[in-house]
Amino acid sequence: MLTASDIVAEVGMALGLDAKKSEVHGFSQRGGVVESHVRWGKRVGAPLGEKGNIDYLLAFELMESARWIEFLKPGGTVIVNRQRILPMSATVGDALYPSDEAIDQALRVVTTKIVYVDGLEVATDLGNKNLANTVLLGALARVMEVDPEVWLDVIVKRVPHKYIEQNKQAFWAGRMGEKVPS
Amino acid sequence: MKKLLSGNEAIALGAKIAGVKYASAYPGTPSTEILENLAKMAGVRADWAPNEKVALDSVAGASYAGARALATMKHVGLNVASETLFYLAYTGVNAGLVLISADDPGAWSSQNEQDNRHYARFAKVPCLEPADSQEAMDFVAIAFDLSEQFDTPVILRTTTRISHSKSVVNVPEDNRHAPRALKEFVPDMSKYAMIPANARRRHPVVEDRLKKLGEWANTAPVNQIEWGDKSMGIVTSSVAYQYASEVFVGYSFLKLGMSYPLPEKLIRDFASKVERLVVVEELDPFFEHEIRAMGIPCVGKEYFPLTNEFSLAVVREGARKLGVAQPDYATASVAAQVPARPPALCPGCPHRSTFYTLRKLKLRVAGDIGCYSIGVLPPFNAIDTLGCMGASLGVAQGVDAVGENNAKHPWVAVIGDSPFFHAGMPALANIVYNRGASTVLILDNDTTAMTGQQENPGTGKTLQGASVQKIDIEQVVRGMGIKDVFVVDAFDEPAVEQTIKAAVAIKDRPSVVISRGPCVFLDTYADKYIDDVDLVKCNGCSLCFRVGCPAIYKGELDATTHKPKALIDPLLCIGCDVCLQVCPRDAIFRVGN
Repeated sequence: MLTASDIVAEVGMALGLDAKKSEVHGFSQRGGVVESHVRWGKRVGAPLGEKGNIDYLLAFELMESARWIEFLKPGGTVIVNRQRILPMSATVGDALYPSDEAIDQALRVVTTKIVYVDGLEVATDLGNKNLANTVLLGALARVMEVDPEVWLDVIVKRVPHKYIEQNKQAFWAGRMGEKVPS
Repeated sequence: MKKLLSGNEAIALGAKIAGVKYASAYPGTPSTEILENLAKMAGVRADWAPNEKVALDSVAGASYAGARALATMKHVGLNVASETLFYLAYTGVNAGLVLISADDPGAWSSQNEQDNRHYARFAKVPCLEPADSQEAMDFVAIAFDLSEQFDTPVILRTTTRISHSKSVVNVPEDNRHAPRALKEFVPDMSKYAMIPANARRRHPVVEDRLKKLGEWANTAPVNQIEWGDKSMGIVTSSVAYQYASEVFVGYSFLKLGMSYPLPEKLIRDFASKVERLVVVEELDPFFEHEIRAMGIPCVGKEYFPLTNEFSLAVVREGARKLGVAQPDYATASVAAQVPARPPALCPGCPHRSTFYTLRKLKLRVAGDIGCYSIGVLPPFNAIDTLGCMGASLGVAQGVDAVGENNAKHPWVAVIGDSPFFHAGMPALANIVYNRGASTVLILDNDTTAMTGQQENPGTGKTLQGASVQKIDIEQVVRGMGIKDVFVVDAFDEPAVEQTIKAAVAIKDRPSVVISRGPCVFLDTYADKYIDDVDLVKCNGCSLCFRVGCPAIYKGELDATTHKPKALIDPLLCIGCDVCLQVCPRDAIFRVGN
């Protein structure tokens, strides 16, 4: 995820804009939540965005889309990876993982532009489940309407040589995915 | 060449360009990556030290010997290194010496959110504060020059948001390490050897230096005025400047790149030209108090909170109260319906068996700093006190000294291998010396795991991965005179339990249990199979949920007990077998080879 947000920030730079990215995490490596903010603009001051005012939300995990939806600007676009990772509050505690319907409803309070992506499945089909993030970036690239070649230039520079072709495939698979609802 | 760099990457690059020859640190979030980046740079010697004080002492030595030197640490690391900082303030430097203090507003990965600008004032040394990665790189060079010009250590203070945010940096085309000849060490005891008589003579030098630094600050390019609407003048620094710049749009700004000593003339001039002086600073009212002490009226903490990290929303709220209109972004409150995602010990973590056992035996536990602080959380709820590196052993000794480590409430101290080298060894000496009878558990996972698997004196590897003498914790403990030393396989829960029981039963002398098993992120970790659940045998007794493993989750209800049976996620399980060992019905078995 941290590499994915670096890529988004570098795409902003490649477009000639100022860019900042910042992740918020404490015990992230140990199963906690990680949020990563990317901002582009003529001049970017704050490294973090604010609730109710971000344009695109990319959720790498299904339930997390609902946790962070309050950051999205009403009518903004949310891209949701359908993969579920059960939290400890559900595995050892009494919390229940929300249903697909409950999550979808929560997202719809803010927007109808919801793009579900089977990132892990698509990546697994391509032969490497580590490609899931690149699939999601492809989906993001589609809704952001930035020249895919700009994205690919940045991605290619970021990944080891032997994974370049795989990542290109994953990017296009994500980009060709479902249409964005209007 | 424009590059997207984190503050920490930029600091490392700035240090390299400034010709730093020696750097030392103890890992600590959010500072760790500075040394990790420097370690890759040719021409720089970068070492992990056992603790921050040792790091800063050796950096002082490198500077005395004539090399530009850098120490990096998290904010609480400077507490450990503070004694060194204070004598350094008196001795001054030979070649430039810079100390990076990476503070943690919001206490994202710390035990507090102290504001280390106070250390600059306390030790009477200058403090620079970059507001983005470009400044982080540029200010390192300025800090080294300043250090040499004024013969002083220089603190460069970042925060988590500055250290870990990435922003655009103009990297010079030629960014090679600039080798500098060693500046000759000219023996001068009156400057470098702080016996009382010399200390008394150096003190006026320090005070005089501070005055000169204050003068320098008045025209230093690190402090910048951006004129705008003069009905309000904002005094700010670091990331608070970034938030304020998007909130107080069009107003006048005094951006302080040097937070101590403050540029009094510049502030006075700025204040005289604006109608209202507003201080926007994260954490303590440091500028505010200094500016008030100059007799200049200003406002600050009545509008902006003293606690927690700033954000656009927090700064907007203050601006609103000051009458500056702000957009009101509608937010849907749906997050409450989403279950929390608390951190957990990783699947396969060697600490799991210990905390399961401590909980089971209902021992009272003096905890320490590391991944195992997760032992505070459910399902373990197994740590009673937790303060700082090495505190576990000291606390246990105090409890023991007043007779509270007894049959009714046996206490143990729990510490990791890296903290043991950091601050645990003197505390163990204290237990031995003062006839303590504490049981100390040393969780040796062969790495400094919390900050991302850094080497330490017990791993036998340097920061760059070179093989070196490995300091054997067992030998150290025995060498201190502890007779009852137990070494146990961390992945053998019954043995861990038996060993802890045996150690705690020793009531007249200290005992040490070394629970040994590598961190799951190390290459030496052996994962050959995964565990699975026989759903016929499982009756939902829930014991395996108490090992707190993210790979184990609740399945269907058992027909008899009406409790959920266990399931194991094959993608997450790593085959450590701790759940298998605690299962009373042999319902968990190994899959594969």
